[in-house]
Amino acid sequence: MAKGDNIIQLVNMGKTFHTSSGDVLALDDINLDIKEGSVQGIIGLSGAGKSTLVRCINYLEIPTSGKVIFEGKSLGDLSDREVREARRNMGMIFQQFNLLDQRNLLANVTFPLEIAGEDKKKAKERALELLRLVGLEDRYKNYPAQLSGGQKQRVAIARALATNPKVLLCDEATSALDPKTTAQILELLKKINQELGVTVIVITHQMSVIEAICDSVAIIDHSHIAESGPVSEVFNNPKTEIGKRLILGDGDADSVKPVIFGESSNSKIRIVFDGHSAHQPILADLILSCKVPVNILFANTKEVEGQAVGQMIIELPDNREDADKITQYLRSNNIIFEEVD
Amino acid sequence: MDAASISMYLEETWATIYMTLISSAISYLIGIPLGVVLVVTDKDGIAPCSSVHTVLGVIINIFRSIPFLILLVMVLPLTKLLVGTTLGPKAIIPPLIIASAPYIGRMVESSLKEVSSGVIEAAKSMGASNWQIIYKVLIPEAKPSLLVGAAICITTILSYSAMAGFVGGGGLGAIALNYGYYRYKTDIMMVAVVVLVVLVQIIQEIWMRLSRATDKRVRN
Repeated sequence: MAKGDNIIQLVNMGKTFHTSSGDVLALDDINLDIKEGSVQGIIGLSGAGKSTLVRCINYLEIPTSGKVIFEGKSLGDLSDREVREARRNMGMIFQQFNLLDQRNLLANVTFPLEIAGEDKKKAKERALELLRLVGLEDRYKNYPAQLSGGQKQRVAIARALATNPKVLLCDEATSALDPKTTAQILELLKKINQELGVTVIVITHQMSVIEAICDSVAIIDHSHIAESGPVSEVFNNPKTEIGKRLILGDGDADSVKPVIFGESSNSKIRIVFDGHSAHQPILADLILSCKVPVNILFANTKEVEGQAVGQMIIELPDNREDADKITQYLRSNNIIFEEVD
Repeated sequence: MDAASISMYLEETWATIYMTLISSAISYLIGIPLGVVLVVTDKDGIAPCSSVHTVLGVIINIFRSIPFLILLVMVLPLTKLLVGTTLGPKAIIPPLIIASAPYIGRMVESSLKEVSSGVIEAAKSMGASNWQIIYKVLIPEAKPSLLVGAAICITTILSYSAMAGFVGGGGLGAIALNYGYYRYKTDIMMVAVVVLVVLVQIIQEIWMRLSRATDKRVRN
């Protein structure tokens, strides 16, 4: 299978949980193609269904409708044994690391190989090689209790890669870590994607995680995919309410409402700076040429897919004529903007 | 205390240890699978099966609710069939096993339930079969807790074994009952009880140390 082909396809996938208090619809009509070698982000508020979605990909949860196609084969058509073999091609890491507390680091990393019936000596060599990759080879005799959270996640990553999987599923893998450690783990995931060609699927509620490493993103809201596409596209021009909330917010889906908006009833516009316009002094030029003062309510710049992109929310003046001057200036300079409320 | 009494105490202490260890070993051989079946067939288990879970649970509860002394008498015919006698330390082993295996099953169940569902999920995500999850994840990860449970179970079996005296079973309980209680020799009874207390202390201590020494969650 070549880079760029779809390694995973979710086709009309749905999942309903039957509970004593009635049926709960967790996912409905999910369609998503994930390209081999890409980093796919899946973001949503807590309870949106993203954790169920990632568990459907490796059949830890069996979808109640639709299909999961992995490397051209529908997992629903496979026997239990074949599903277990398919899972060896999909490593998974978790928010709570889920290491085996009673095994040392080496034995944790050899565990999936042991399960696969791999030769012990080969398994040990492979495990040491992976511990080296994550920078913990000298700690191989230590136990998980002796490690920090970031180190535990590194071991979990080494363990997930032991069977040479094609896909790495990350379920809120950085949510229990501090920002500095998060950045290091994301760096490691990016390295694994680029150097080993492993397709990485990242489940998160933090926009910052998506911006840091993902190529594509799917936004999950109320059991549906609200929108999906390349990160820069979705970021520059979010089409849905939930997309706007996630991007305009402080990047954390659980604290969505940005605090920037004042009491003013004047109309506001959101200006998006893509990779090109970020280098021009757009706002300064705008003020100079329109001779109208503007009030900046919110601004930030982030690196998305290696490009500097930013957004700014400005308040338009009361005067209708002045406001029109500004919008005309933006339009004539091909600057992306939209009215927000 | 004369030499005859001392040798009697030694002999009956040995009988008590013998009854306890043999019964514990066989009870664990039955109790571990019982506990495993209870955990895996639970509704959150790796192979949910509510009918098996419920039926097994009820059977275990029935055996656990029969007072040991009554059980001892009830199973006499079975004892005769299995070990060929209803007298002596051997005769107490079958009822001890019948009483303690279900108890151990519950202890094992509660220890295995302490293993986090996340770790089991991780094993599943690596393609582990249910059988591999049981013997490579559930039991090894629950080991410290299983050892603490064993300290409780073995000391309970030891105290049950003391009731063997009522059916001519021998052991320290028989001394306390036959020499001490029925013949009004309080000192003999007290010595037997003290030896029992010491045995319980030793077993408890050994297993707790074993649990602590093997638990890798403790930073050393």
